[in-house]
Amino acid sequence: MPTEAHTAADLKQLASDVLARALRAGATDAEAVVYEGDEFSTLVRLGQVETLKESGSRAIGLRVFIGHRTASTSSSDFSRESLDRLVDGAITLARITSEDPFAGLPDPAEFGQNNSDQHLYFDDVNLQPPAERIEIARAVEAAAMAFDTRIQNSGGGDFDTATSHRILMNSRGFTGEYRRSYCGFSAQPIAHDADGKMQRNYWYSVARTTRLLEDPTAIGQEAARRTLQRLGARQVKTQQAPVVFSPEVARSIVGNIFDAANGDAIYRHASFFAEMLGQRVAGDNVTVIDDGTLVFDHDSGIKTGGFGTAPFDGEGLPTRRTILIENGILKNYVTNTYTARKLGLAASTGNASRSLAGNPGIGAGNFFLQPGTLSPDEIVADVKSGLYVTETMGFGINLVTGDYSQGAAGMWIENGELAYPVEEITIAGNLKDMYKNISAIGNDLVFRAATAAPTLRIEGMTIAGS
Amino acid sequence: MPPPRTDKTPVASPDHKRYFIEKLGLSERLMERCLGEALSAGGDYADLYFESVSSTSLGIDESLVKSASQGISVGCGIRVLSGERTGYAYTDDLSSARLLHAARTAALIASGPAKEPIAGFRHTSDNPTLYPIAGAAADAEIAAKLALIQRADRAARAFDPRITQVRAGFSDELRRILVAASDGTFASDTQPLARLNVFVIAQDAGGNDGAGSTARGTSGGGGRVTLDFFEGTHSPEHFAREAARTAILQLDAIAAPAGEMPVVLGPGWPGVLLHEAVGHGLEADFNRKKTSAFAGLIGQKVASEKVTVVDNGLMPNRRGSINMDDEGNPTQETVLIEKGILRGYLSDKLSSRLMGMPNTGSGRRESYHHIPMPRMTNTYMLNGTDMPEDIIKSVQRGLYAVNFGGGQVDITNGKFVFSASEAYLIEDGKVTRPVKGATLIGSGPEALKYVSMVGNDLALDEGIGTCGKAGQSVPVGVGMPTTKLDRMTVGGTGQQ
Repeated sequence: MPTEAHTAADLKQLASDVLARALRAGATDAEAVVYEGDEFSTLVRLGQVETLKESGSRAIGLRVFIGHRTASTSSSDFSRESLDRLVDGAITLARITSEDPFAGLPDPAEFGQNNSDQHLYFDDVNLQPPAERIEIARAVEAAAMAFDTRIQNSGGGDFDTATSHRILMNSRGFTGEYRRSYCGFSAQPIAHDADGKMQRNYWYSVARTTRLLEDPTAIGQEAARRTLQRLGARQVKTQQAPVVFSPEVARSIVGNIFDAANGDAIYRHASFFAEMLGQRVAGDNVTVIDDGTLVFDHDSGIKTGGFGTAPFDGEGLPTRRTILIENGILKNYVTNTYTARKLGLAASTGNASRSLAGNPGIGAGNFFLQPGTLSPDEIVADVKSGLYVTETMGFGINLVTGDYSQGAAGMWIENGELAYPVEEITIAGNLKDMYKNISAIGNDLVFRAATAAPTLRIEGMTIAGS
Repeated sequence: MPPPRTDKTPVASPDHKRYFIEKLGLSERLMERCLGEALSAGGDYADLYFESVSSTSLGIDESLVKSASQGISVGCGIRVLSGERTGYAYTDDLSSARLLHAARTAALIASGPAKEPIAGFRHTSDNPTLYPIAGAAADAEIAAKLALIQRADRAARAFDPRITQVRAGFSDELRRILVAASDGTFASDTQPLARLNVFVIAQDAGGNDGAGSTARGTSGGGGRVTLDFFEGTHSPEHFAREAARTAILQLDAIAAPAGEMPVVLGPGWPGVLLHEAVGHGLEADFNRKKTSAFAGLIGQKVASEKVTVVDNGLMPNRRGSINMDDEGNPTQETVLIEKGILRGYLSDKLSSRLMGMPNTGSGRRESYHHIPMPRMTNTYMLNGTDMPEDIIKSVQRGLYAVNFGGGQVDITNGKFVFSASEAYLIEDGKVTRPVKGATLIGSGPEALKYVSMVGNDLALDEGIGTCGKAGQSVPVGVGMPTTKLDRMTVGGTGQQ
């Protein structure tokens, strides 16, 4: 159900009104964020539509400063009475917080946004008839189910869309807004082996426009292949061995680099990257970049902004490209205004993330490890005996110490080939060592999300099993 | 918008419905009309879920109160069930026009003749409540909440000079819900929830044999409670010392062992094992679809006979407790595993109707944006007869894990993990050196068959658990007595 048509002018007026009220109520500075979004999702299971969900929502968030004190409020109710409470609540709360000399809006000279079209919003995502979306969900599941007789059950095929409109405005003169669109579908087949043991897996396609979604049949078949590959999985013996990380799993250990370089963790010494600026934290072959401005050119002639692309960050600073690690040397932390000030840095890296309430956090744009030259097959071919990991589970990552211990599943590699599926094992090491022990980097970098990584091989990890 | 009325702080009356009628200007007549629209294209059942949540959060960091926030969220989710199909729409605007529009959107799932309009709701008398209605969420208490985190900050810093960073946070919410359904259900509840968290960093320049070491420690607790809960055994000082103690301990921790070995789990939070190993696998939706490794195993042995596991939403003041679920059904105590035999699933309205089984009152949802599904409340293992010290003594070499960071499960193949944040080696029947965190992995339908000893010291966690499923988070509790598993795979880097 789309929300009532609020024009951009209405929402901007709302933000502006709230800022004016906050200043009248005693704020020395204020910042408002207005969010409006529509979502659609459907799940088709065993050929039947199982769920159909369609809705729109909106909310406003307010952050106020009284000198160096700050507080925030949010509301999904835009009535006059609620907006009064939004303002009064923020002012009342700010008075009970502490003076923090580092708290405050950015210097106005830092405000800005990328004015070129970042290709973040495509109308077709909203205009596509629900029947077509349901048909894609049906088709992707059907393709997975038809792939092999060992696939007789399914978690379903789904199709989701989301569009959003965001306005950020503050009392120091910044006003910015952007719209983004997203659509995607996936299949989650379930396969049985002869003993009745089940395995599930999935595969998916996501894009900013329906025109760039992949073929549902191909995606369904890939989901089926990934599921069948897991049948008959077993444990291996506890041992040390090289581990090849598929791009889906490599993405998460590369994401840990962003978390470790997060200025908030750095100033608290809650990261193993603390006080490591300018020092070696990874092998020569490792370069890691955050870029909030990426726009991709597609073969079809369409351009789309990355899933981590935006014209400005959560505080109204232009997004930019920041090299975190260059040839193994830690070059930059990632910061918002507050953490940049805490760390004595000249400026924020434009990585402020802003949810409706709370102080700004730090978030990645498009974050990636630069690809190498080897194909994934070549990376596996060099392994005499080791693990190709396709899935990790758990919460065993400690960014203070770098200790890493996760549940894992994948394929065992014997003499350079994927030999048999494995599961119910763990992989463990320390991220400080793991980044230095990356012995091969794939050429297969694909942005299926805001964070992306190619296939990676890491030497000397401990695999625990039977 | 509703007519302006004087804003009373939460009333002591158990009639939670009044808030929606008086404060939000809703009427039973409007709800009947919405349900009529929802079933205008057929369908078996429709419900309206009204929700109003107000929340507060305060944070101290470097001994400064750096963050304070409040949020208000109000809305309604409308659902239509037609066979196995669910149509859903929500709105954050409670005007009759928007509610009726949402009802018509949800109605699109069905295709048939309109159902008879419903006439009148079945008003359930409110049951004795498991928690105070006002909870901790009254604004007047903001100074008292602030004092809690300031005390936590001081206590953690005073614990040891090696504690270099302290963050503490207090957050609470008051969630009012009302469910009106085409089956006549008309039920409401007011659910308070509060938690206090402490996070510390310890640094020792001389630790790790002179190389220097850094470690973290966390602790926290809460429930559906008033502020006086945070005195005595649940004081800010208690949680602060607990966080500081674990951080200091971790400064000198050695690598956890790697491989299969006996594992002793301490009482309380290690009950996350049950939540992951069996709880999720017994949620009825997965079993109706036969996508769970536990599908079809009712009546069969899935654990040692020492193991009895229940899900109990009726425990007063517990974080996972609810007077009623988010479909308006009373919650209950459900036996999941009885002396090793799988007894039951956790079900909601849809699953119980389609599977022809009792509704266990387990239909929960994160908010009005979400479709309800079977979820756990407080899940724990009942006491055995072993003395905890005898359990430790029985292990030649193994792992003693007393605190966990969280867990995850693959419902379909049953493989689950949970990550220890405080653990020790057991050597020759004695708890010896602390080891670093490590993930433990096992298979749900198999792991509990290796339970060989169960202690008499059942405890529940401190009240900070949140469970995620299909993108929805709900507060839960877990618990267990000291328990020995003869074998489990431990994911460290050290020697076995």
